[in-house]
Amino acid sequence: MFLKDYIKDVYGAVKSLLTGMRLTGYYFTHPKEIITQQYPDNRDTLKMAERFRGEVVMLHDENNEHACTGCSACELACPNGTIKIINKFDITPEGKKKKAIDTFVYHLELCTMCNLCVMACPTDAIKMAQTFEHSVFDRNKLTKKLNHDGSKLREGVE
Amino acid sequence: MVEELGITAEGDQVINIGPQHPATHGVLNLVVTLNGETIKKVEPHLGFIHRSIEKMCESLSYRQFIYVTSRMDYLSSHINNHACALCVEKGLQIEVPQRGQVIRVLMDELTRIASHLLWWGAQAMDLGAFTPYFYAFRERETITTIMEETCGARLTMNYMVPGGVMVDLHPSFQQKVKEFITLIKSKIDEYDELVTGNIIFQNRMKGVGYLTAADAVSYGCTGPTARGSGVHCDVRKIYPYEVYGKLHFDEVLETEGDSFARYLVRMKEIKQSISIIDQLIDNIPDGDFQAKTKAVLKLPKGEFYQRVETARGELGVYIVSEGGTTPYRIKFRSPGFSNLSALDHMAKGGKLGDLVATMGTLDLVIPDIDR
Amino acid sequence: MFSFHGITSSVQTWLNNTFNPTITVMIESVIVILLAIALFAALGLVLVIMERRVAAFMQIRLGPNRVGPWGLLQSTADTLKLIMKEGLTPDGADKFLFNLAPFIVMIVAMLILAPIGFAKDFQIWDINIGVLYLSAISSISVIGILMAGWASNNKYSLMGAMRSGAQIVSYELSAGLSVLSIVVLTGSLKLSDIVASQENGWWIFKGHIPAIIAFVIFIIAATAETNRAPFDLAEAESELTAGFHTEYSGMKFALFFLAEYINIFIVCAIGATLFFGGWMPFHVGSWEGFNHIMDYIPSSVWFFGKTFFLIFVIMWFRWTFPRLRIDQLLNLEWKYLLPISMFNLLLMTIIAIMGWHF
Repeated sequence: MFLKDYIKDVYGAVKSLLTGMRLTGYYFTHPKEIITQQYPDNRDTLKMAERFRGEVVMLHDENNEHACTGCSACELACPNGTIKIINKFDITPEGKKKKAIDTFVYHLELCTMCNLCVMACPTDAIKMAQTFEHSVFDRNKLTKKLNHDGSKLREGVE
Repeated sequence: MVEELGITAEGDQVINIGPQHPATHGVLNLVVTLNGETIKKVEPHLGFIHRSIEKMCESLSYRQFIYVTSRMDYLSSHINNHACALCVEKGLQIEVPQRGQVIRVLMDELTRIASHLLWWGAQAMDLGAFTPYFYAFRERETITTIMEETCGARLTMNYMVPGGVMVDLHPSFQQKVKEFITLIKSKIDEYDELVTGNIIFQNRMKGVGYLTAADAVSYGCTGPTARGSGVHCDVRKIYPYEVYGKLHFDEVLETEGDSFARYLVRMKEIKQSISIIDQLIDNIPDGDFQAKTKAVLKLPKGEFYQRVETARGELGVYIVSEGGTTPYRIKFRSPGFSNLSALDHMAKGGKLGDLVATMGTLDLVIPDIDR
Repeated sequence: MFSFHGITSSVQTWLNNTFNPTITVMIESVIVILLAIALFAALGLVLVIMERRVAAFMQIRLGPNRVGPWGLLQSTADTLKLIMKEGLTPDGADKFLFNLAPFIVMIVAMLILAPIGFAKDFQIWDINIGVLYLSAISSISVIGILMAGWASNNKYSLMGAMRSGAQIVSYELSAGLSVLSIVVLTGSLKLSDIVASQENGWWIFKGHIPAIIAFVIFIIAATAETNRAPFDLAEAESELTAGFHTEYSGMKFALFFLAEYINIFIVCAIGATLFFGGWMPFHVGSWEGFNHIMDYIPSSVWFFGKTFFLIFVIMWFRWTFPRLRIDQLLNLEWKYLLPISMFNLLLMTIIAIMGWHF
């Protein structure tokens, strides 16, 4: 009786080990199962998801116009102090003073890509871009100005 | 006498496992007193990754503080965010639309599967088998891709906002999840072949790290750690939140109390999560995914508490509000901290190899313990 | 059929004619040493890259594939890096023993190389107690490991070394017994005789089930003796970080690493010699035509083919199984392998006496 259990033990143990080896052996002999992506080589075919949050960008149309009114809702929504909006006052043709953005400062090094600023923006002026290769040699380059030079507020956006 | 006091007796050696050690999965320091290979005492030293998240939250508004909590238990970040969102909603008395609730539950369960998969790979790696880790990551990758498409991020999603979820589901979500469900069902059999049935693995896990039900309760263990000892503690069953009350799923209980029981609980929980997703994925109601909320949220004066079941156990969020835009005090009751406290009790008397196996089954995430 | 015998004997004749016998032996020794070191370096590089690729393919990865064609130069690059690194000696270490240990491990690995026949008539030292020599020398390597663990003055290293000591001493037994069962069949300890006795079929086929059991036990014991997973307790990564070589760096670490792979090669070569006929081609009883075709494949190809197959099996173990615990490791040896191999030896002796084998 003891001997029978002993042999049964050994048989069961060897069988369980061989089952595992069969699985690894299957993967060894089926190279098509390999899932490695050779990243810098596949850069051309690599497509990020459309909602992927890489960095904040400001949308400009072909007339170099954006939709940012400088309301600083994003600045308030940001938990990390990533966004700093510097405003200026434009003189409208009617001679009135009108608030507009001078510089939209974006600190990429502080950003956690939480999307709260994009959600807070009332005019959909900013969005998340799909870029993800952010490494630079000088950290000053991570502080970005989002509005292009000479851009202005699109007509009709309040 | 000397040993009772925990003072090192002659012939004992004290070794530091961690803060940089492959078995601790992070910056945890275990001061282990050994007699030969036998463990006499395990003393966890914490605080290496303390970032004072609770204090940070006091200076952030009710919309902003949710994203920080993704960094606590980063493997179930959705569920952390969910707990905070639920707590804020409780204070504001917002009713989340049905669609929002179902999306939240779906995301929670996907997160739970991803977390358990990673744990499975790490557990096998703790015991010296490296290959399962890669198989686990292959399936986890499918989940993170689904998350990336809908939420925009892979690990720290920040998808739950007070009142619902941030954006609607991606059009391909349902189809992708269904594909994933068929995939994972076949892969779980592979996991059983490779690890669960393996005689070496079973011998390493069975009969080590015993935790009785009474001890589990007195140490405050929750989640799979306590359920492996037969303690009925699934928050989804006891205090159902969102749509969990209407769903049909079993609370997985094992009465053995050893490492293998905890292992089985997690493996069976993956199957339960799959069945929850199966029930919901074809029945996502139409409508809003987010309730209308004010631009600036102000919780009424008072104290609010909400608990949820993360992949590791019960996470509690306790908010004290003075009526302002930021919380006066926030306290997180994290599952990992309580589970870790039972480690000394479980590992005592075992071998050094058992300590690693037992610690693996607690599924520790160190930032969750330290916060 | 091509043979190394022509080359070796012509070299010896030429040397004997040119110099006096003492100088001849010295020159031959130098040639052998150079060849052995060259073989070591080549084997180390090949086995490391082989292990990494095998592991990668089992783990659905690609593995190193950037340095050189198909990543073949990766291990060369790694070696260069290790040579350039500083060989640190910790302050509290026993400096003499600490620096000596890697060389002891390496020298032991080199010594075992002597009686192995790499091809037909190509053997460094055809000693008549070859099997005894192998099992005697291979036990010495534990001294190097113990020395490294003790001299490092590190608790992890010490524990790794102690584990390794307990493990190697235990598994020597069943390895020895399974080797003995082949010695019983051949009646000779000389490795060239053992190979010659397999001319009409390898022992694993001729020796019935006991030979297969002996082979299984041998491969388990060999895995344990070389400290490979699932018996890698001496360097159990998740428990002891790196075990006995925690404190080693640079070339001293590389020597341990190299010795591990050389030891794998050697135990697999011994396994191939005893159970798979060494350099002997695959012969089936009386199929003259078939045997003749097999003879056309060079004997060194047969030897290295069999050895690398066994190495692959050991790698397969490593990348599939979890690690055992120290008490389970000793249980496996004393409660399972040792009784089985003793019984097996008895069975084998009966078969040999009755002449039941082919």
